Amino acid sequence: MSSPALIGSSGDSLREAFGKTLSSLADEFPQLVVLDADIAGGTGVHHIRKSHPAQFLQFGIAEQNMMAAAGGLAAVGLLPVVTTFAVFCLRAIEQARLSLCYARRNAKIVASHPGLDVGPDGGSAQCLEDLAAFRAIPGMTVISPADATETALATRAILEFNGPVYMRTGRSPAPAVFGEGHVFEIGKGQIIREGSDVTIIACGVEVARALAAADMLAADGIRARVVNMPTIKPIDRELIAACAHHTGAIVTAEDHNIHGGLGGAVAEALGATVPCPIEFVGVADTFGSSGEPEELAQHSQTSSSVVRQLSEERLNIGDVHECPILLAALGIEEAGEVAHGRQR
Amino acid sequence: MTALLQAPANDIAEIEIGVSLEALLSAAARKARMHSLAAIFHAGSGHPGGALSCADLLACLYGAELNVWPEGIDDPARDRFVLSKGHAAPALYAAAAQFGFCDAKEALTLRKLGSKFQGHPHVVDLPFVETSTGSLGQGFSVAMGMAMGLKLQKYDARVYALLGDGELQEGEVWEAAMAAAHHKLDNLCVLIDYNKLQSDASNDAIMRLEPLAAKWRAFGWAVTEIDGHDIDAILSAFRNAAVTAGAPSVIIAHTVKGKGVKMMENVPAWHGSVKLTREQTEESLRELGGSIEEIKELLDV
Repeated sequence: MSSPALIGSSGDSLREAFGKTLSSLADEFPQLVVLDADIAGGTGVHHIRKSHPAQFLQFGIAEQNMMAAAGGLAAVGLLPVVTTFAVFCLRAIEQARLSLCYARRNAKIVASHPGLDVGPDGGSAQCLEDLAAFRAIPGMTVISPADATETALATRAILEFNGPVYMRTGRSPAPAVFGEGHVFEIGKGQIIREGSDVTIIACGVEVARALAAADMLAADGIRARVVNMPTIKPIDRELIAACAHHTGAIVTAEDHNIHGGLGGAVAEALGATVPCPIEFVGVADTFGSSGEPEELAQHSQTSSSVVRQLSEERLNIGDVHECPILLAALGIEEAGEVAHGRQR
Repeated sequence: MTALLQAPANDIAEIEIGVSLEALLSAAARKARMHSLAAIFHAGSGHPGGALSCADLLACLYGAELNVWPEGIDDPARDRFVLSKGHAAPALYAAAAQFGFCDAKEALTLRKLGSKFQGHPHVVDLPFVETSTGSLGQGFSVAMGMAMGLKLQKYDARVYALLGDGELQEGEVWEAAMAAAHHKLDNLCVLIDYNKLQSDASNDAIMRLEPLAAKWRAFGWAVTEIDGHDIDAILSAFRNAAVTAGAPSVIIAHTVKGKGVKMMENVPAWHGSVKLTREQTEESLRELGGSIEEIKELLDV
């Protein structure tokens, strides 16, 4: 009998890029230790287990202990990277809160299998709440890179950064968005496609979908700007405000619940700077289900065509003072009384 | 007791007066109990029962076992202590103050706005606090991580964690217990303040722990059971743990919740968080052998 064909981290997935990069950085960061909860083949850290076994620590299927133990490892001078699936990070979020963030430890959490990108494993495994949950912890930096290239850059960046970080990778093969020369800086977003009618701000796998949506919109004569926003916290407020000012309408796109993640962070930034109409692409406060990632994206309204559709709708709503629904919600009859609208 | 206050922890030779180590530690524990109650009185809230039950263990740790000194608090090769039952913070602060790790008077600002002496210990506030605790189970895991990291870096340092008995109901405790044994962390020693009571009632009524020693043995730990108020027995258990190779050690210390104060002994209501009146506090301090001067010094600040 031959061995079964294992479906582990391979190809051009973000988890594979993370795992390979971590292995390549192990000599450069001698204090680095990687913590695993019996899921190394899934998170990509099987590479470092093989290349640097002394820097690989097995914790068994016990995420709470692993997360808090990272605080102890950091306390004695090591650089721990906790790895597991995103949904199991939620299980240990209180450990991340107290023993990493409150205790001001320089420890990293890298979570594979976020969002609908998990695919066939189904709703129980598709973590759609992590960005919101980890973003709410004081001192936690939250990152969601868009492709393998950016994941490799972000992996180095978080090791160089002093402080707790939560970073998403991804399970499924992801299309390349960036080429050689791409720059990743924690806390900075970047305009990756120019446009003046609407800005689509995306993170993770939705960046590629946002670019595809922008192509579709261009065919309709709509010039959509696309912003890659890999750092959810601290969010790049200046860039967001500038985009709102220049394009008037904003659409956010993320493989996450529409509540509290990238969309929430962008809305908070805009509320405090340039209030502007926003449309949120994401999973509408529900759970996922089994299926292939692209099928799920269609089914759960996170596909590129949905990004396109909502971008058009956002434009069609027009200025705030022309929108009867918004006006009614605000209890205002006279259009002119609304101070803020699109800035085109 | 000036000699005691100034004595470097773990350095018996430098204590010149003719007092035995046991008497010295016993006196430190008594003073720590008094200080804990005074601090809880001033705070208007806090957990006296579990602070009184672990005072002897803490005095022995800081006074005789931990290889750590106030002036070497950042030494990477130092021993670490983690109060995993963080709600016993008043006893930690009081014991640390007895051995020069913090100012005893300042520690009476317990739980006040702006105080470094929070209701549960915070690593950022105080140099002798090794990690922030207050969520049961986590301190043990952090201590386990410290022990693992120290071993990886070839330090001889030991790590001690004090857990409550109710704390053992947290699943994380058994995750950490399994991991410590699996990784043969013989530089890790857990102390259990086994006072048999938890927040609402007895362990037996809330969630049975027995057979406790058998559980730890089954998890691969070297187990010692002692009277947690017997200084000799505590020191002896530390010595045994220090020479145990290939496995972590657990000292199950049978204690009395509220030890030393009649109205609190074995009464779950004094677990806390409770408010102590001036009269209750004075009476408790007298029972603990406090002189008029000592009581005045602790309460009239």
